[in-house]
Order: sequence, then C-alpha cells, then structure tokens
Amino acid sequence: MKVVVCVKQVPDTKGGVKFNPDGTLDRAAMLTIMNPDDKAGLEAALRLKDQYGAEVTVVTMGLPKAEEVLREAMAMGADKGILVTDRVLGGADTWATSQTLAGALRNLDYDLIITGRQAIDGDTAQVGPQISEHLGIPVISYAQKIEIEGDSVIVERQYDDRYHVLKAKMPCLITALAELNEPRYMTPGGIFDAYKAEITTWGRADLKDVEDSNLGLKGSPTQIARASDKVRKGQGEKVTLDPSESVEYIMNKLKEKHVI
Amino acid sequence: MNLEEYKGVFVFAQQVDNKVSGIALELIGEGKRLAEKLATEVTAVLVGSDVKGLADELAAYGADKVIVVDDPELKEYRTEPYAHALSSVINQYKPEILLVGATAIGRDLGPRVSARVHTGLTADCTSLEIGDFPINPIPGKEQKHNQLLMTRPAFGGNTIATIACPDFRPQMATVRPGVMQKLEKKEGAKAVVEEFNPGFTPDNKYVEIVKVVKNLTDTVDIMDAKILVSGGRGVGSPENFKLLDDLAEAIGGTVSCSRAVVDAGWKNKDLQVGQTGKTVRPNVYFAIGISGAIQHLAGMEESDIIIAINKDETAPIFDVADYGIVGDLNKIVPALTEQIKAAVANK
Repeated sequence: MKVVVCVKQVPDTKGGVKFNPDGTLDRAAMLTIMNPDDKAGLEAALRLKDQYGAEVTVVTMGLPKAEEVLREAMAMGADKGILVTDRVLGGADTWATSQTLAGALRNLDYDLIITGRQAIDGDTAQVGPQISEHLGIPVISYAQKIEIEGDSVIVERQYDDRYHVLKAKMPCLITALAELNEPRYMTPGGIFDAYKAEITTWGRADLKDVEDSNLGLKGSPTQIARASDKVRKGQGEKVTLDPSESVEYIMNKLKEKHVI
Repeated sequence: MNLEEYKGVFVFAQQVDNKVSGIALELIGEGKRLAEKLATEVTAVLVGSDVKGLADELAAYGADKVIVVDDPELKEYRTEPYAHALSSVINQYKPEILLVGATAIGRDLGPRVSARVHTGLTADCTSLEIGDFPINPIPGKEQKHNQLLMTRPAFGGNTIATIACPDFRPQMATVRPGVMQKLEKKEGAKAVVEEFNPGFTPDNKYVEIVKVVKNLTDTVDIMDAKILVSGGRGVGSPENFKLLDDLAEAIGGTVSCSRAVVDAGWKNKDLQVGQTGKTVRPNVYFAIGISGAIQHLAGMEESDIIIAINKDETAPIFDVADYGIVGDLNKIVPALTEQIKAAVANK
C-alpha cells in the first residue's frame, strides 16, 4: 500500500503571535512549523505504515527552505520526501497550488493521498478537495478516524452535528483534522537518518499534464485587491463600578448593540 | 470564457435533513443586497431529495428564483453528487456570482465545484462588496467594474485580504455563517421555481455512506454560537460555573472556557477557546474571570463585542475588551442574569 501525504510549512503561531510596534504581524520573527492538520495526516499515514507496512511519501510545495518539513516528516518515519519548488510556481492561489500538487502526484503511485484539512496561515481548506478533483478521485474531508478494509478505506467524516461513516474505494484523497490523532515525536535515530537522506526536488518540468496557464500567480483565478496586516483591536472602555452600576453598564451596552 | 454570458447572483441553499440551514437564508439576504447593486436577481439553488417543498421558505426570505435539483442520490450530503448538481447548475445557468456557506458541507463542496468549472474560490468571507478591480486605477491595466470584492481574515484573523476574481466566472465565495443578515420573512412571497436534474450515475467518485451518527447531546458547538459566556480560572470552582450557565441560558448563549479550566479538569476540551482549543468569533463574547493569555486572545479577539469581567484591573483581557468591568464576578454575573431575564420577559 502506498500513501502520499501533502504537507505545508507555515509560520508558527503557538507560544504567541509576534507583532511589530505598529501592531502589525511580524512574520520574519516567527518560526516555521509543519502545519498541524498536515502533521495529523502524516501521523495517520505512519500508523498505516506500522499496521500494514504502507510506504509513506511526503510531498511539499514551497520555497527551498520547505525541505525542513520533509526532513521532519522523515525523522518521524516517512520513507521519501519530495520538494516541489520553482520560481514560476510562486504566488499561486488554491487553484494553481492544487494544479501544481496534482501535477506532482501524477508521477507517483498511490492508494491514498492524505492532506491536512487546512493550513493555519490561509485557513482555506480548499487545496485537498481541489487536488482530488484534478485527479478524478473521491475526496473525504474532515476525517476524524481512518481504517482500511481490503481495497477500501473507511472514514469517519465530521460534520457540525453528526458524523458519517464513509466507505470509498481507493485511490482516494482524505483531508485530516488535527483531532485525528496525537502525532508522534521524531526519534533521535530518525533525525540522524533524515538529515542524511536524499530529498527529491522537482521543478516545473517535472509536473505531469499541467498547462503553464494553470500555474503560479498568472494561473491563479483569484487576485488580491487589497491586503493588510490587521491592526489589532485597541483597548475599549474599562470601568470600575459597584456591582449594580456594573450590571446597568453592561445592560446599556447590550441594548445599544441590539443584543437584547 | 465569455464573461458577459454570466448573469445573476446564485446562492447554494444548504439543507440538512430537509430543513433549510440558517446560512442559506443569510446568503439569500446578502445575495439580494449584491443583486440590487448589479440590477439583477438572487437565485437559490436547492439540492436534495424531496426538498421542493422548501422553496416557499427560501422565497419568503427573499429568493427571486429557486432552482431545485431533486434526486434520491442527494438524500444525505456526499461530495460527488452534490458537486455534480451544483456544477451542472453553473454550466446550465451561468451565474456571475455564486455564494456557498463556509460550513462543514460548503467548505468541501465549494472547492470541488470551483475546481470542476475552473474558477476562483475565496474562502470564509466576512464581507462582500461590488466594486472596481483594481480598486485604484493602475496605468496600463484595465480597471474592471462591478466585480465581487471578497474580504476575508487569514492567519487566525491577524491579517485581512480583499480578493477579486476578474477573469473567471462565476465569482465564488464561501461565506462564514453568522456574519450576513437574513431578510425579514415575508409570508406568502413566491419565487419562480424551476426543476433541473442533470442525471446522477454513480462512478468511482461516489462514496458509500455506511452509517450516519448524529450527536445526541443538544450542546451547540462553541464555534457556531452567536453568544459565548466564557469562564476562566477566576470563576473559582466547577460548581461556580452555574453562574455562567444561568447567564448563558438567560441570554441564549453557550458556555465556553479558557485552557486553565480544562487543565484543572472543570470542563471538557471541546469547550476550550484559544490557540490549542477552538477559534471563535461570536457576536458577543463574555470573558468572565479570564486573565487573557495571548493564546486565549488569539482564539477569541475576532469576536464582534467582547465584554470582560475581572477583578484584576491589569489583566491583559482588558486590552482587547470593548467593554471591561473591573469587579467581582460573583456579585455582577447573577445580578446581570436577573436583569437580562427581566428584559427578555418584557419584550
């Protein structure tokens, strides 16, 4: 069984988001991590390796620096790492990103493709389902449990007020929730091996059956009209009153804002 | 793609168990507002099995037209038949705008459909406008008018971006529930109802539903709650959360909590707000006895109105609170609950 996991390197927001003095986000000061939902997806794949001897390949698209997450994945137990990087792929929206990854995945054999539900920088949750569409395979999003049964995969798919137990014939794409599992740590031996391991690097020319018009900034249907680091909300009013005045104060605000 | 062919504002009218979801009505309200600016109509796309009867409700909330795709394959939500239904509607009717709720259904359906019809999709929008793109003229670049400008937060709400889709149609957005306003219900309003069935032939992309497990508890997911009454360690004890339960009940809200409360074993993890819990954006967030660690703030500072009650006037929660009250929650909260009960009763 072959499992391919798509991961993204994202800025870390744990332990505090960092801000410039003017209140905007200081991206340069923030460390990068493997996106948490993707890490859960990787852990799910590694469990399939433990259980069924699945071969786990990790693919990422990004700057050359994104190689770091591949080495981390390999230190956790992934077998192969593929970095898709090329200047012409930059500025991609989710359409162009999913086209790029689909182009890379067409070179690989897979029974399962696992992606995280969404990345913590963009929060779109679009790339996984879009890859599945380009590849013509079923997608099961929001997976909270994954099992294999013969040539099929059985997945608990989370909704707001319920979950569905779904059965799909492989090949299939699954998007994983961080709640799926508790990802394992890298092992010291794994880290050692991972830093010696060879990472495969693919550029534009290695992508299969993708037109230039679907790649990078130029191939992105969505365009940014305006972007700003949001100025954090300033302090509002702060009052010190006795309890009954405090209650009156809150009631007035709730009425003013039509809450009650 | 001839962009001129694409006309009208369409919304995906999500239904679950043959009940119209709140987001569907919100999207009709917002769609109507956008349609008026474009001098066009709003069409609701109703997809399901045996759902035609819901068209009147969509009309009552402002839909000018309802396209019904009714087929037994569509009984429970599944990605493929729903994506086929919606993309077939797009190919047949060519809307210039298509809005989908950013729900667990819409965030699966939207990307699949946008990939199938080859257009852009902007996720989790909180504001939509009709305007020019580029917003300010750029020499040598055509400025297009009457574009959908879609605004969304990213990076856990730390940045905001406005996105356009100038060269592809429809312009697609998923829209966060609870942000747009539904219109006042007009009993007896009628919409033009049209049935459309593109035919459903199961293939490899159809998955089998083995089982549907509904949550038996009535608890609202804190991410969906409009009003959250959130407590921290300052509440003092698990028993004392009764004060918050009462307030939540009186105001129609849901109780949530900080990480300290979960770590102390007072509440379950699914109620935790913050970086390692859930990110919430309710209309009103009460922070009661919560000091406001940065990890907590990251999970709730996007709330529309933040009301903080804390006895420590230096608590960081006051840095993000719209209305901060320095005082004893044990005295303020029960009295507030009584006042709210009285106000609601007098309505």
